[in-house]
Amino acid sequence: MITIEFIPFSQMSGLSTEQKIKKILKSVKSDKIVLLQGKLKKDEETELIKLTMSMVNEKFHGIEPAIFSPEIKNTGNFLKFLKEKFINMLLSDRQGITLVGPANLIKEIKRDPEKMQLLLDLNVSRRKKK
Amino acid sequence: MLDKIRSALKSLFSGFFKKKKQLKLGLYGPPNGGKTTLANKICKDWLGEEMGSVSNIPHETREIKIKEQILIKSGNKQLTFNLVDTPGIATRIDYEDFVKAGLDEEEAKTRAKEATKGVIDSIKWLDSVDAVVVVLDATKDPLNQVNITILGNLQAKKIPVLIVGNKIDLKRADIKKIENTFPQYKVVGISAKYGTSVEDFYTELFNLVKP
Repeated sequence: MITIEFIPFSQMSGLSTEQKIKKILKSVKSDKIVLLQGKLKKDEETELIKLTMSMVNEKFHGIEPAIFSPEIKNTGNFLKFLKEKFINMLLSDRQGITLVGPANLIKEIKRDPEKMQLLLDLNVSRRKKK
Repeated sequence: MLDKIRSALKSLFSGFFKKKKQLKLGLYGPPNGGKTTLANKICKDWLGEEMGSVSNIPHETREIKIKEQILIKSGNKQLTFNLVDTPGIATRIDYEDFVKAGLDEEEAKTRAKEATKGVIDSIKWLDSVDAVVVVLDATKDPLNQVNITILGNLQAKKIPVLIVGNKIDLKRADIKKIENTFPQYKVVGISAKYGTSVEDFYTELFNLVKP
């Protein structure tokens, strides 16, 4: 069985970078895929990699992360573009989603601007059952 | 009046010493993109010696390597910098991958442990470099989180970036895809191994740091 844990923005907004990352990694280390409302800040992304690397061992091989932000394109309608820019500025890190899963479960995350594909290694959960 | 003279002298001297500070050029990217192959090419071209060993097994470079005082010339322009070759940044390291690549179990475990430390060191060094060449394997999909995180951090730190799409000698290499994925950056396609288009790389390097 695969567990996806959703964490709303409100649960993370008051936490420090370290607290946020520890919370994410705690779930990921228990073989859960974390789906976070909002995106991590740039320095939080590198802190996530650094802390993950400090935890890697023979059992925990790291993470597979993907952070999606809505792309604002100027389609010619300047007012619409301005409105979206303004909303983006107001919502800031609340916009987008962050997905982090254990490396032994997620083989690859394929992404393009339109969709995301999560390639899972289902043998992991089967191996665990045995 | 005396204060003004003192202040003018201070700014003159601080400006002078600022110019004397050696530029640190970092080579960044995911493992096996060809960072050390490019570092070797640069060092061989301008110093006559190589910088580090290369291998098909990922994470061959597991510690920061610095080559000081590299002087490159293009026409009447010249540029001196310290070259910083960094371990590849990854989010996953499994020692069993190294076993599959042919290492024995003990070697593989040691390599994995050193590789994790290397990733941490690379990230720490992001605060110490003045300009960065991000080296990507042009045969691989550039749209992955490691590349996005590296480029996003460099942008946030306002560090000038040049993207190198390496391995253009291979059929599957797709420089257009890198350009389309990261349209805000200059992308140069090269083969560091065979020296293909390396002259273009040097030209863009001058544009990047504007000596």
